[in-house]
Amino acid sequence: MNTKDGATAPMRIRTDLAICEQCDSVHQRGPLAAGEAADCRVCGATLYRRSRLDVDAMLALTLGALIVFVLANVAPIVTMQSGGITTRAWLLTIVVRAWDHGVGPVAAIAAGTVFLFPLAQLTLYLFVLRAVKRPTRSPGFVEAMHWLRWLRPWSMVEVFLIGILVSIIKMSSLARVTAEAGLWGFGVLTILLTALSTFELRELWDAHDD
Amino acid sequence: MTDDTAIPRGAPLGLIGCEACGLVVEHAAADASCPRCGHRLHARKPDSVTRSWAYLLAAFILYLPANLLPVLHSKKLFEEWSDTIMSGVVALWKDGAYDLAIIVFTASVVVPLLKMGALALLLVQVQRGSSYLPRERTRLYRILEFIGHWSMLDVFAVALLVALVHFGALGNAEPGAGVVAFGAVVVLTMLATMSFDPRLIWDAPRTPARRASDRPPT
Ligand SMILES: [Zn+2]
Ligand SMILES: [Zn+2]
Repeated sequence: MNTKDGATAPMRIRTDLAICEQCDSVHQRGPLAAGEAADCRVCGATLYRRSRLDVDAMLALTLGALIVFVLANVAPIVTMQSGGITTRAWLLTIVVRAWDHGVGPVAAIAAGTVFLFPLAQLTLYLFVLRAVKRPTRSPGFVEAMHWLRWLRPWSMVEVFLIGILVSIIKMSSLARVTAEAGLWGFGVLTILLTALSTFELRELWDAHDD
Repeated sequence: MTDDTAIPRGAPLGLIGCEACGLVVEHAAADASCPRCGHRLHARKPDSVTRSWAYLLAAFILYLPANLLPVLHSKKLFEEWSDTIMSGVVALWKDGAYDLAIIVFTASVVVPLLKMGALALLLVQVQRGSSYLPRERTRLYRILEFIGHWSMLDVFAVALLVALVHFGALGNAEPGAGVVAFGAVVVLTMLATMSFDPRLIWDAPRTPARRASDRPPT
């Protein structure tokens, strides 16, 4: 079975096959209905899937998420009341404060994982989804897809959201802290980003190929 | 009867699945790039075990200062105190926020330890060429990938707390060195998990008889 001479045979693309990225088993590719996924029979990992949403729906979702992202950053996250003074705090002003008070590296991580990376992700999604819709290959598509793959594990809006809740509880003895529209915005953004991540990047590669 | 071991694997057939885009390429040269996305093609992630161990050991070492050093110094009236992660959990518990105390304890103490332990186990078994329960070990790896970033919870909570206390001029709160160490542990563990190649779990020779009881997935 393994006597094929790999050294002399020319390189060939096998669109009829799918290889499991977690156990290296080779599977025959078959058509899928919307919302279906093909799982590896050996290890159970997802080989490839077809999202319930089509490209237009994904575009709408991305645009919606971008609008929510802007709103969540423009609106204050919390209001604090203590001794007759009311202070409102926005995400970016909180990050700057954290930077000023010696949590520099942590502030940088927060700025990246909660602000920059999700924003970059959404912008790149917008770009690649529009590229997929075009009949011709778009320059920059390949680079944008690589960036999306690298960014995916470093987007942590949902963790940040729970982090805010924890800090609000911890501060309850110092001040009256109330959640504001920005916090709800981040909640909605979490849901939209989760919906977007159900769309496998490999599905977009295949869609761009067709 | 179909057996898992009857399903061919890519490497012996000269087939490589691109890690970046999933394209299957046959007879790729040793230094070839993916024709679709340009990513370098390799049958296994290069130096996966060494790189994974390096990140993991660094994370193990930093885990100590992350838990022993205070994550927060604060001053309220004339009273000064420092919080480590554990004392923060205890404080939440005493405040009656049991659910959050459990969440923080799980995310910051239990999960990082379990994660590092599990990854060390996966690495040791790959190095020993173990063929024990490959399916379960692959599932364990998938869980590690999924929960990795949740340990950042307490780091965010401390940074937010410091920022908000200053914002509202509510007193004095400064971050401790523990919080930076903790953030580093989380990032290093995530890098260690990403460097590990789960395909190595399946590279050890398997005997078909042992897996006969496996239920076929539908
Ligand atoms: Zn598999
Ligand atoms: Zn590729």
